[in-house]
Amino acid sequence: MQPGESQKTTTPFWRDERILKGIGQIAFVLLVLVVASLIFRNMQAGLARQGITLSYGFFDGVSGFDLAESIFPYDRNSTYREAFLAGLFNTLSVAIVGIIFSTLLGVILGVSRLSTNFIINRLASFYLELIRNLSLLVFLIFWYLGVFLKLPRVREAVVWPGDIIWTNRGVGIPWGIPTASYPTFQLILIVGLILAVIVFLALRAYSKRTGRAPLALLWSTLTFTVVAAIGWLILPEKPLTLDLPFVKGLNLSGGKILSPEFMALTSGLVLYTAAFIGEVVRAGIQSVSKGQVEASRALGLNGFQTLRLIVFPQALRVIIPPLTSQYLNLVKNSSLAIAVGYPDVFYVSNTIQNQTGRAVEMISLVMVTYLSLSLVTSALMNWYNQRIKLVER
Amino acid sequence: MRKTYSILAIGVILAIALAACGTAAPAPDSAPEPVVETVVVEVTSSAPVVVAPTGYGVTLAAVQERGTLICGVNSQVPGFGYVDADGNYAGIDVDYCRALAAAIFGDETKVEFRPVTAAERFTALQSGEIDILSRNTTWSLVRDTELAGNFVHTTFYDGQGMMVPADSGLAALEDLAGGTICVQTGTTTELNLADVMASLGVSYTPAVFEDADATFAAYSEGRCDAVTTDKSGLVARRAILSDPSAHTILDVTMSKEPLGPMVRHGDDQWFDIAQWTVFTLFAGEEFDVTSGNVDDVRASATAPEVRRLLGLEGDLGLKLGLTNDFAYNILKLVGNYEEIYNRNLGPDTPTYIPRGLNSLYTDGGLLYAPPFR
Repeated sequence: MQPGESQKTTTPFWRDERILKGIGQIAFVLLVLVVASLIFRNMQAGLARQGITLSYGFFDGVSGFDLAESIFPYDRNSTYREAFLAGLFNTLSVAIVGIIFSTLLGVILGVSRLSTNFIINRLASFYLELIRNLSLLVFLIFWYLGVFLKLPRVREAVVWPGDIIWTNRGVGIPWGIPTASYPTFQLILIVGLILAVIVFLALRAYSKRTGRAPLALLWSTLTFTVVAAIGWLILPEKPLTLDLPFVKGLNLSGGKILSPEFMALTSGLVLYTAAFIGEVVRAGIQSVSKGQVEASRALGLNGFQTLRLIVFPQALRVIIPPLTSQYLNLVKNSSLAIAVGYPDVFYVSNTIQNQTGRAVEMISLVMVTYLSLSLVTSALMNWYNQRIKLVER
Repeated sequence: MRKTYSILAIGVILAIALAACGTAAPAPDSAPEPVVETVVVEVTSSAPVVVAPTGYGVTLAAVQERGTLICGVNSQVPGFGYVDADGNYAGIDVDYCRALAAAIFGDETKVEFRPVTAAERFTALQSGEIDILSRNTTWSLVRDTELAGNFVHTTFYDGQGMMVPADSGLAALEDLAGGTICVQTGTTTELNLADVMASLGVSYTPAVFEDADATFAAYSEGRCDAVTTDKSGLVARRAILSDPSAHTILDVTMSKEPLGPMVRHGDDQWFDIAQWTVFTLFAGEEFDVTSGNVDDVRASATAPEVRRLLGLEGDLGLKLGLTNDFAYNILKLVGNYEEIYNRNLGPDTPTYIPRGLNSLYTDGGLLYAPPFR
């Protein structure tokens, strides 16, 4: 619509669509602000009436309680701030482990569902239909009370496979302990990483120039592995010594002990989210028109090449936005940790709130925390989505 | 045209975003909000001008207008507050609520029990969702001040204990070094455990759960070497484990746990009513007035203090804002402390706990009612 001279003179402002819409928008914003300030004032008045003042000053006080798990040293003399951070890091570790494994499992499930092999296809469908229609809370409690707490007691611990110990006190896995040469090894790893990136970029440039499509990711990963292996072999002292878990008195010791709470929460979240991701992946692959596959076959590409070069790049554009939602769901669902006693950020905040009576402060802090986590996740995914989306000219 | 629509859309999104930013802090506070409204209504119904935050007499007026008392209780600790096989609430904390309802309405059934978890109980009280908290709550300084509550006289003197499987060979807290201990979150128990173990220099791993059911479920699955809570809770919980004799309670007391009802700051009349309801239970036992003989005693009583207690002399009930026969109603409808205790924790119950400190002062205990005059 061209706002011409004649229009300006003929239409009075109260009938001008643009002005009316503008006024409508301003009125809406004002309405929202008024409602928000009413709610806020109401809360303040209520708190004043109860004689409660809002303040985060208590955050530096000694917490007085112990936590089951923390990635940094934490005891009863630590502050509430440290307790909150310990919870936050626990949430992050569940979220990161959960996202990685649910993506891997989800892609496998999605591809299996489309497999022409009858058994694989049916099994994947059965799994997806079963898991997607369960309540996550029920599923988590099943994993905790029904699986990980039903493992043998420490005295009858099962050691299988290799040195992995399974008990109802946790799962012990072998873990590396850094030695004196570890810093040097870290340097070698960084060099390997740089080389891998160079190989990747070089292959990409080569692909652009020639139109061939080498397996850039595979070759760069291989480069990194080779450098790491050479570093491991040439160093006089091994950079990591193997620390095996063992049973000591009442509990497990040595290695890395994964608590039943952590195991129940992550396996529950991974298996649950993977089912949804599987459906997202299947939908993405099916969204690529059959003609594309037939055309690539006609051009002489084999099955794997078709999947890698034709189907997946196009499917990815459809997959990424709903995949982002699944990642966000996983992060937010991790707050169900409270049901299985895993000290995540929501759980620890609840404890703090209960010990200090600071409900408003802690709930608002938890909301801001989850909001930030979700926004960061979604910002990363949106950035990736921008990169892979179809370039329109 | 399309452009105008997209501008409109952006405007709406912007408005929502603005609202989200503006309310980032207040949004979570919508929880205590309804409370505020209730309080306002209550105040206007009793006094036109609001001076005190929760003024004198506000709570009683609200309860009487509503026609029922809302009492925050436990639903998971047999003997103290739990739901029995018939779906009724039972326990000494529950019977206290009934006594309070009897004092206010002359009808012990006019009480609505609202189960609250350890973590949400103080918020429920502060926000006015419940009129009184009677849920084996330990009296402590922080709760008395910062949580804006007032503790009524203790109704059960308790101490924290530790329960272990009988075949574990554990006999003292030091034996638990390196072990895992199940505990419920948000309790003084959790803090006492950390305190005691730190002072003994014993390292341990806590396994912390949201409620008593989850804590004891994990313990009975062997998740922990020991479970800790108030001794009364251990006794009560042991009774409902699959094999009670397979668990022993260690002979250590880790803390003082005076358990009693709690009311909000700001309404002294309500505090007095709650307080003297407890004392009526003690006095009933002291003067041998039971639900069975209270009518006979009232007909023939000559001792002045008993006559004042039962409302035959003076106007003690009116001074509390109640009817003069409030104590008679309590003793007639619910019984005295001894009756309540024996009903819930006596020798004939599966949750038997010897009376110990919870005896009258005349029997070497700590229960002592000030004079009714």
